[in-house]
Amino acid sequence: MIALLLAQTIAITGGRVLPVSGPAIENATVLIRDSLIEAVGTNVAIPEGARRIDARGRIVTPGLINAFTQLGLTEIDLAAQTVEQSVRREVAASFNVAEGINPASTLIPVTRVEGITSALVAPTGDFIAGQSVFLDLAGETIEQMIARSPVAMHVTLDESSKGAGGGSRAGAAERLRRILSDARAYAARRSDFERRQMRDLAASQADLEALQPVLAGRMPLIVTAHRVFDIRNALRIAREFSLRLVLAGAAEGWEIAGEIARANVPVLVEPLANIPSFNALGARYENAARLAAAGVTIAIVAGAGPGGTAHNSRIIKQEAGNAVSYGLPYETAFRAVTLSPAEILGVSDRYGSLQPRRVADVVVWSGDPFEFSTGVEHVFIRGREVPLTSRQTELLERYRTLPPRW
Amino acid sequence: MVRSLQYAACTLVLAACARAAGAPQPLPAPAPVQGPQPYRDTLSFDREQFPSTYRRRSSPPVLIRNATILTATGQEIEHGSILLEEGRIAAVGTDVPAPAGAVVVDAAGKFVTPGIIDTHSHLGVYAAPGTAAEDNGNEATDPNTAQVWAEHSFWPQDPQLPLAQAGGITTIQVLPGSANLIGGRSVTLHVVPARTVQEMKFPGAPYGVKMACGENPKRVYGGREKAPSTRMGNMAGYRAAYIAAERYRRRWDLWNRSRTGDPPDRDLQLETLADVLRGRILVQNHCYRADEMAQMLDLAREFGFRIRSFHHAVEAYKVADILARQQVAVSIWADWWGFKMEAFDGVQQNAALVTQAGGRAVIHSDSESGIQRLNQEAAKAMWAGRRAGITITRDQALRWITANPAWVIGLDSLVGTLEVGKNADVVVWSGDPFSVYARAERVYVDGALMYDRNDPATWWRTDFELGHVPAAGRDR
Repeated sequence: MIALLLAQTIAITGGRVLPVSGPAIENATVLIRDSLIEAVGTNVAIPEGARRIDARGRIVTPGLINAFTQLGLTEIDLAAQTVEQSVRREVAASFNVAEGINPASTLIPVTRVEGITSALVAPTGDFIAGQSVFLDLAGETIEQMIARSPVAMHVTLDESSKGAGGGSRAGAAERLRRILSDARAYAARRSDFERRQMRDLAASQADLEALQPVLAGRMPLIVTAHRVFDIRNALRIAREFSLRLVLAGAAEGWEIAGEIARANVPVLVEPLANIPSFNALGARYENAARLAAAGVTIAIVAGAGPGGTAHNSRIIKQEAGNAVSYGLPYETAFRAVTLSPAEILGVSDRYGSLQPRRVADVVVWSGDPFEFSTGVEHVFIRGREVPLTSRQTELLERYRTLPPRW
Repeated sequence: MVRSLQYAACTLVLAACARAAGAPQPLPAPAPVQGPQPYRDTLSFDREQFPSTYRRRSSPPVLIRNATILTATGQEIEHGSILLEEGRIAAVGTDVPAPAGAVVVDAAGKFVTPGIIDTHSHLGVYAAPGTAAEDNGNEATDPNTAQVWAEHSFWPQDPQLPLAQAGGITTIQVLPGSANLIGGRSVTLHVVPARTVQEMKFPGAPYGVKMACGENPKRVYGGREKAPSTRMGNMAGYRAAYIAAERYRRRWDLWNRSRTGDPPDRDLQLETLADVLRGRILVQNHCYRADEMAQMLDLAREFGFRIRSFHHAVEAYKVADILARQQVAVSIWADWWGFKMEAFDGVQQNAALVTQAGGRAVIHSDSESGIQRLNQEAAKAMWAGRRAGITITRDQALRWITANPAWVIGLDSLVGTLEVGKNADVVVWSGDPFSVYARAERVYVDGALMYDRNDPATWWRTDFELGHVPAAGRDR
């Protein structure tokens, strides 16, 4: 514990460094001091006493970011005792997931040993789900782990939100508009509201307050929408209220990629989501590539993969690799799991690239991070190396030879 | 029968029929009824039931050459050739001449494997687009529904089928869901376009029966204040079912010896279970936990049947020695875990540890998404094992999705390896299939090209997709 508190200087030397903010650098050094990156390049002076990590033949990158997960909010999906990701309210703008996050969740080590070092932790819900936080995947308290809170407001506009709209997508869109305009009216007449001099508003005071940063354009509104007409509804509402819209999912986004690009709306995309349903008959593997080709900024998230968005958020690497084999340029794909999500979530001044003064979330890989044959050799989060162990490695060691050692 | 259906259809859409008729024409005399004649002297149980009408597509001989051939027999051939002829593998080696009229495929830089086999699919029974109408996988009305057959729920127009085919899948076992202790019969299918499930049924494939342990049955029925509501209730339920099946089997076997007098009453539920006891139906047992697998092995011993494969078996690695000794396969995921209590102890080395112990591991999908890349799932499991110091060869990992699943569904003499005489179910990959960047480029079923990534004309589109689902690679 004492050691953790001491200043640490770590030099990762000789590797092929992918800073993401610039071109790859061969035989480069990444110098970490305390929780930050101090220098990156081929002419980095290594201070006396620095811990050296030989990364020759290795690839050194920023830690991967999964920009849409429920990490820390669920342990066992079917055991309600362990699930904290939603509240039973259709309109839950004031719900921030932070205090539901379990820093001791077994999912966190399971995920970070795979090279994912930070994540957006978002609420789930059928309409206005609440607020997400940006989390480093190490720490003993939420104060230590949370890098930014709140990050975004989350809304769903797809077939699951029909209920909130009285059974129709049009109803859901109309209700969202009414809530947003009431939030605006509330802000203009707070004192009238307090004196009960206003008509009934479409949401609670707490929810109306929570929507103010969204209306002011300070907080992105992340809308889960898949069908073309759901996406267009989201684009229309965002335009009417001048919101900072981010789309999540957007399985049919490729069909109107130009429109999304022109609206300057980024997309959190699930490359492996290709199962046709009435929520997205046009879902397909080429979505990520087509969106990017049209000029949309994309972040790749692991949402469609087997086992749900939390436990297997580690398959983000497989999602990205598949996006590449379906046409996404490799560099765009790598950016889509590092710097692009950091930009979309407003944390690129601290996350997503290897540059001075960025948080030292750094991973040393044995090869191409997307390839199955590649192993993770070192993971640094906020400048501290995390052990490559998890509940799963403990189970493995117990049962590696049978009968097990108790 | 055929005529009366046509009549009914015309009655329902009278206007359409009238329009189609155009100018009045004398109707041709009805053709004599084709097909099986009613038997006077036999009963239903003596007749073929829902027989396969699958016919392999005709194809000229195909010689794929200059490829890395992964045979799943322990052998890998560099710069190899494989000849597909008359639906079978006619030759595999380094120097195979092209017969007259053969289509020659130059596969330099590419890899060839057996067609991929999934032992655990719900395609067609939980079909897309996923409305209540396609929800046909669980007859969740009684904990024992051994009488239902998955093929009677299967929809050949499930738009997920072409996606699986494009991932190199050539054979699937379609199972009922896991709500019930005994969920019903599985069906094994070729993944090919068809109008009827019979046209997809793999000729000669044995049936399987789905059984389910653990949380699902007790949750489904316990929630209704009905047995089973506990794991001990689950076990009592299986035992009661097989006790009844023993009696039924004995009665029928006795009658079959003489075949005189009235046969016993036919009971579809007991008929399936009696065939389990006779060893004719393979037990496919959804079971996650190590201790429950041990209970099921004892149950099987009590009634004298064998469990062919545990499915999901997230804790198989804890009892890998026992499973290997009893020669029970496990159909498992590469990395799913944690979605319920009985899945909490998943490790990525499960397949590797089972293999290391001498057991038979299968990577299965249980997913319309995962089935599209079982090669990648096997790759993840292989590398997780290797990184943990467990030696797994590429051939062993390939067997997880080819030869071993073929054994689980009782078709290992026909499919699952690239050997002369086996069915020519073959996939050509753009590169090493254990790379994330490899894709199935050509998929052959019984020697006929069914999917060519570079030829959109070969891309299977189901009826459902026409008119409102944009074709792959094309705009709406």
